Amino acid sequence: MRHRIGLRVGPVSFRIGSDRQAPIEQLRALYAGYPAPDRDIADHNVRLEAPRPWRRWLRPQVRVAGDFELPGAMPLPARHALLAAEMAMNLQMALGHRRHLLLHAATVERGGRALVMTGESGAGKSTLAALLAARGWRLMGDEFALIAPDTGLAHAFPRPVSLKNESVAAVRAAWPEARFGPELAGTPKGTIRHLVAPADAVLRMDEPARPALILFPRFGAAPEIRSVSPAEAFVRLTEASTNYVAMGERGFQALTRLVREVPAVALDYPDGAAGLAAVERCWAEL
Amino acid sequence: MRYRGPAVGALLHEPLDLFTAVFHRPSGATHLLAEPAPQILAALTGKAMDLDALMAALAADHELVGATRAVLVERLAELGEAGLVEVR
Repeated sequence: MRHRIGLRVGPVSFRIGSDRQAPIEQLRALYAGYPAPDRDIADHNVRLEAPRPWRRWLRPQVRVAGDFELPGAMPLPARHALLAAEMAMNLQMALGHRRHLLLHAATVERGGRALVMTGESGAGKSTLAALLAARGWRLMGDEFALIAPDTGLAHAFPRPVSLKNESVAAVRAAWPEARFGPELAGTPKGTIRHLVAPADAVLRMDEPARPALILFPRFGAAPEIRSVSPAEAFVRLTEASTNYVAMGERGFQALTRLVREVPAVALDYPDGAAGLAAVERCWAEL
Repeated sequence: MRYRGPAVGALLHEPLDLFTAVFHRPSGATHLLAEPAPQILAALTGKAMDLDALMAALAADHELVGATRAVLVERLAELGEAGLVEVR
């Protein structure tokens, strides 16, 4: 690969290579300030390559390759190479990472305690995380919560926050000084724009936090807050975990401990402002 | 009909409010069980017994409310399907 970048995000390091310069330059801009992998050894390798050599020029496309691949995955247009890189990093984590229990969740921290928000795509966890970061919470991650099996602590994995469609404008309005990556229009999930992780999120990426609240947000519904029992939280989090089965007994122990020790709340909210107010209310009642 | 439970140490139990999460080490499968399944598994762990002996073992440790032989057979069949109890 002619163009390369190595970077560490919390406890995980990546090496990403591409035969085109543009996606690596975009990654450098999004990940400015991130450290290089320790001793130049990466946990995961990602390659962004043209599906066939001539496609690079005739109809630029990019396919994702790496330690783990999805056979049959369609190549993306080359203008979406940044999205392909982010998706490939997620894929390596989901399929290859075993040191932590992975929950598909956004995590923010305040006062040394972590708020873990999980839900399906569109539930609003990334938007809520960005809006909370705009109000001074530390962004620990918007894609994966990393729960250490031995300590129960959440480890930060603060990548750029992937915002979709209307949420880009909502976060811009709430946080005028926030920095964004390029607009990626016409992706399978609509228009995507990455919010650059705030400086303190990167500086404090090696600082774990004790989970204090698990939130199951749902955007677009009439406002409601409901306590979630440990058994229900357990079932929902096994579904939200990408490596629960692969983790075996360690995953079981990490997850049962999490739902035993940490209260869980389902939060329906109609818009960002109502969501923020409800989160603050739940947090204050801990 | 005899029922054989899991070997000693084959299960991890974590009570979670009304349910018990159970991790089955030999298969790596997780189950979420409601009463009386965890009690049945506890009585059968490391043992094989018939229905009468199982009823007696459960009655010795628990107050059996509405526990008929038919209900117990149903629960044992479910545990058999889940691979937690061997029925023969």
